[in-house]
Amino acid sequence: MQKLLIGLALAVTVSVGLSVAAQAGTLDDVKKKGFVQCGVNQGLPGFGNPDSSGNYTGFDVDYCRAVAAAIFNDPGKVKYTPLDATERFPALQSGEVDMLARNTTWTMSRDTTLGFTFAGVNYYDGAGIMVRKSENIAHIKDLDGATICVQGGTDTVNALSDYFKNNNLKYTPLVIDKLADTNAAYDAGRCDALTTDRSGLAGTRLQLKNPADHVILPEIMSQEPLGPVVRNNDVQWFNIVKWVSNALLDAEYLGVTQANVDDMTKSDQPAIQRLLGLGDNDFGKSIGLDAKWAYYVIKDVGNYGDIYDRNLGPKTPMGLDRGLNAQWDKGGLQYGIPIV
Amino acid sequence: MAAIDAGRVAGSRDRWYNNPLIRSITIQIVLVVAVVAFVGWIYHNTTTNLHDRGIATGFGFLGQRSGFDISTFLPTTSDSTYGYMLLAGLLDTIVVSLLSIVIATILGLIVGISRLSSNWLIRTIATIYVEFFRNIPPLIVILFWYLAVIAALPNIRDAIQLGPEISLSNRGFFMPRPVLGPNFHIVLIAFVVSLVAAWLVRWWAYARRMRTGQGFPSGWTGLAIVVVITAGTFVATGDPLSFELPVKTRFNINGGWTISPEFATMFLSLGVYTASFIGEIVRSGIMAVSHGQTEAASAIGLRSGQVLRLVVLPQALRVIIPPLASEYLNITKNTSLALAVGFADLVAVGNNVLNPTGQSIEVVEIWMVFYLGLSIIISVLMNWFNARIALTER
Repeated sequence: MQKLLIGLALAVTVSVGLSVAAQAGTLDDVKKKGFVQCGVNQGLPGFGNPDSSGNYTGFDVDYCRAVAAAIFNDPGKVKYTPLDATERFPALQSGEVDMLARNTTWTMSRDTTLGFTFAGVNYYDGAGIMVRKSENIAHIKDLDGATICVQGGTDTVNALSDYFKNNNLKYTPLVIDKLADTNAAYDAGRCDALTTDRSGLAGTRLQLKNPADHVILPEIMSQEPLGPVVRNNDVQWFNIVKWVSNALLDAEYLGVTQANVDDMTKSDQPAIQRLLGLGDNDFGKSIGLDAKWAYYVIKDVGNYGDIYDRNLGPKTPMGLDRGLNAQWDKGGLQYGIPIV
Repeated sequence: MAAIDAGRVAGSRDRWYNNPLIRSITIQIVLVVAVVAFVGWIYHNTTTNLHDRGIATGFGFLGQRSGFDISTFLPTTSDSTYGYMLLAGLLDTIVVSLLSIVIATILGLIVGISRLSSNWLIRTIATIYVEFFRNIPPLIVILFWYLAVIAALPNIRDAIQLGPEISLSNRGFFMPRPVLGPNFHIVLIAFVVSLVAAWLVRWWAYARRMRTGQGFPSGWTGLAIVVVITAGTFVATGDPLSFELPVKTRFNINGGWTISPEFATMFLSLGVYTASFIGEIVRSGIMAVSHGQTEAASAIGLRSGQVLRLVVLPQALRVIIPPLASEYLNITKNTSLALAVGFADLVAVGNNVLNPTGQSIEVVEIWMVFYLGLSIIISVLMNWFNARIALTER
């Protein structure tokens, strides 16, 4: 039902909305209402998941908090809209949410036909497959003829189809709409394997009855660069989300962390002074924010490494190594665009 | 008119705008223009805004390759177009609706009659059934069947064997698939011939009863004719039918006939859920037939089964059919809850089309048109049936 409502909301906004330009000032709207409305996952540990008291935590959730910190110097000024895979795009198109931080894969069609623009890649991922250990399956090729559960409305559906087609394997798909229902069907033994992005599998495994009974196969079926998304009709708002993402990466590269950011304000390193808006540096002005916008982000939420370690890193139940998501000088792909 | 108006002087009340005919036509024209203009304005705004935001529009995507796999009754692959996928979803919706309608009607009839039974136990069980299912949302009934009943079945290795090559597990219900041999059409012809023969016997028996008043067991005789002729031809033609057996592979059972757990969940849930409403409709229909009818029927010596079949139900149907049509419409619309269990109905397939293409407005339009079409077909059929059984005034 929510899906139909969001669909209708989209129909109403685009049909009675008088002009596009009049709707563009997302930053002004956000300042006026006093919070960022952020679309997040309904329940994926590590990325976007409500805790027992209903507060959202996770890697993507921290991106919402970082944007709120840059605007308000208060990471709590976020309201979350939990969205399933098929609801997320109409919700952003209709303006129900200001941004989407919901482990969303950046693809060409999403970038060019949905009216969106991706503000960067916060997690380099790939689709994977999880099976029960008792099945003694070592590789995806052993799954010929299996039934595979997959959440509908994701690009994993396509990745799965492509991979099995390319490798001449047969399978029976069981496509279910909600992530929780998909996982429940796998846990109940309705299917032999579960597929989604590998980071998602790590989170899902924690929700199964016996996480230790399941193993994620080594093959990576597709490229899945995940990132925050905004509408493409508001360049200023796009710049804010994009540069908050970059500031998180720049801060880690420069060694500025949540713990030492106050000490770093005494740094004489020009790159750090530009990042933190020290002296007469005012990069915030160009995106409509305070000069110390990046300082607020790091002070309130932390840098990219802080966010990663808190939600996904080896010390968390997710236990994901940085891998591809290490900084470029540490063998990974994460590379912040410099603030100069 | 002219006689009354004769001699009257034309006054201000006779101006053209006071003419009721002109007035009503004018108002209707204005209304039509306003509605058309409003729709046109909405349409123009929508397309302009979608275009300005860079959101793709139009129905061209229906011809594109879908790129995803989904299990439907129609064979589909990732190379099928989006349009074909939506048709496959529509067919799934139709199949599950029809089957649920059949089950709900039979079960509802039994429940409704049982509610009025003179047997305390039967009456109470029927009452509990109605009160239980009528007060639970259909989604919960579906999840109950899926997660508590069907998922609780053993896995495929420990499948329950219901007979040779017939097994039940949490992967579904597997059975051999009949394969028609080259001579099977002869058996079909024999079957049709036997049906005609049975009908002739029935017609003769009816004529005889009208003439002489004597009964004849035409039902049993007809059944015997059909069975003997069809089975005899079947044996005589040699082996016109063979079976494709289900074969167990490492993960699944291939070949044979399979009823998937998702499909079983949908028609069982919607069947038992709607049967509780239909049961009440049947009960109200029966109670609307005056008690005098029942007494009169008993007085002329009909047995209680005959009273129900020949006197009460035909009259009750006139009360039952109109609300029954709404229940059939409800079943059709409730099939959209299938997306909770992964049955590939119209809405579930539409969600998978909507997402990669991003054309939510178009997909919602297709949903509306398809459901509206199905509903109209059901309404027309039920109205026709209602007119047929309506009391013929003589």
